Amino acid sequence: MAKYLLLKHYRGAPAPVNDVPMDQWTPQEISAHVQYMNDFAARLEGTGEFVDGQALAPEGTFVRYDGEGRPPVTDGPFAETKDLIAGWMVIDVDSYERAVELAGELSAAPGAGGQPIHEWLEVRPFLAAPPTITE
Amino acid sequence: MDEVLLRSLTPSVVAILVRRGADFAAAEDAVQDALVEAVRVWPTDPSAGPSNRGNPMRDPKGWLVTVAWRRFLDATRADAARRRREDLFDEQPAPGPAPAVDDTLQLYFLCAHPSLTPSSAVALTLRAVGGLNTRQIAQAYLVPEATMAQRISRAKRTVSGVRFDQPGDVATVLRVLYLVFNEGYSGDVDLAAEAIRLTRQLAAAIDHPEVAGLLALMLLHHARRAARTAPDGSLVPLAEQDRGRWDTKVIAEGVEILQAALARDRLGEFQAQAAIAALHADAPTAQETDWVQIVEWYDELTRLTDNPIVRLNRAVAVGEADGPRAGLAALAALDDSSPSSSSMGYPLPRHAAVAAYLHERDGDLATAARLYAEAAQKAPNLAERDHLTRQAARLNARR
Repeated sequence: MAKYLLLKHYRGAPAPVNDVPMDQWTPQEISAHVQYMNDFAARLEGTGEFVDGQALAPEGTFVRYDGEGRPPVTDGPFAETKDLIAGWMVIDVDSYERAVELAGELSAAPGAGGQPIHEWLEVRPFLAAPPTITE
Repeated sequence: MDEVLLRSLTPSVVAILVRRGADFAAAEDAVQDALVEAVRVWPTDPSAGPSNRGNPMRDPKGWLVTVAWRRFLDATRADAARRRREDLFDEQPAPGPAPAVDDTLQLYFLCAHPSLTPSSAVALTLRAVGGLNTRQIAQAYLVPEATMAQRISRAKRTVSGVRFDQPGDVATVLRVLYLVFNEGYSGDVDLAAEAIRLTRQLAAAIDHPEVAGLLALMLLHHARRAARTAPDGSLVPLAEQDRGRWDTKVIAEGVEILQAALARDRLGEFQAQAAIAALHADAPTAQETDWVQIVEWYDELTRLTDNPIVRLNRAVAVGEADGPRAGLAALAALDDSSPSSSSMGYPLPRHAAVAAYLHERDGDLATAARLYAEAAQKAPNLAERDHLTRQAARLNARR
């Protein structure tokens, strides 16, 4: 019973095996990819392991405090930012091994040529509630 | 209307329906419906209208059985009509008086069946034994209600072929209750209190020293709850807790239950853990803690269950009993990358924290500060991470 974030990167992760940008896939290949992702989420709902899944727009703005009474400063987007998050799925599973297994399945989503992308997904455990019994 | 009383009747009412021939999954659904109905129609004041015929407060269990059985029959009829098998419900046995035998225990076994994963067993236990609804359980574990509903219905399917009248293994039930107590978030449903209630109910249904041991362990830790966190939510370590805020009544109850269990001379891991908690609870100040006895209990625990977390905690106790050097020696015997500790994807998370503490007591502040910072990186929860970061900062400020 632990939550994990399966993190998908636009940039910053090692290159996938089937490394063809999505805009060079056929429309059918894109549909097959989207269908795979939806089916995966639905299956996890069925197993009682799904918590959340979201996708992010690639362009973000940096914002910071600029002192009392002043509007926040905004900057960006920065094209050179090394790491860029594409989206995530949050799962609630019984073990770390199960989280890795599911990330592996998600990484098999089809891409160009209908072949698995083998993209690198990052698995990050959530910080949980502190246990009651520690000594 | 007393919600806890109502929920405490859940397992025996489910069991009665199963005895009458309902399958477990349908019986459980019918009882959940009856609980909702009870909340809706039962008087909020038990003294209101005692002369009413059929006042549920006269016999709450009988009322629940009647309503749940009716719900079950309705559902079965609807089902039968759908499948055009009218003979199905005709064969259902007529409702008879509630059997004298209490099958509550069987329900605990079923909901903790070894074929279930830990999270499924926890969810099913909270619903079918605890009488909590799916929404409450989902909120308690911070998952969507639809996810929790699926987890519960899958769990029901998993145990659908299990015979209800077969004795189960108490140890699996205890592991589930321990998880509910130890790994709950602090939401609207007080899972620790619920775990204590369910363990108390189990102790009433079966005479077993480890059930008593677990109940004592829970009570002894629960008694310290108010002192464990500062108003800002930060963790207060045992040695710094205001012992005046410990609940002495609950401690006394835990100690009494533990002593009766230990007198049976069938030691198990929960009794040993409870004995350690009792020794802490017994010390008027942290300095007066009987660490020598605590080390002896850790030796027993190591003998009963040789897991790296126990040996890590033993190293802390050795450090207190025989000095930090002895603690560090005990720690050195522990490999912090042992595979059994990596189920969270971490090496033994508290290894660095313990090493930091022992080095600090040994006067090596530089090493201690470095290890506290390392331990903070590995901490499995936010409260611990903040605590460890503060320890590192405290030592760095002194150097």
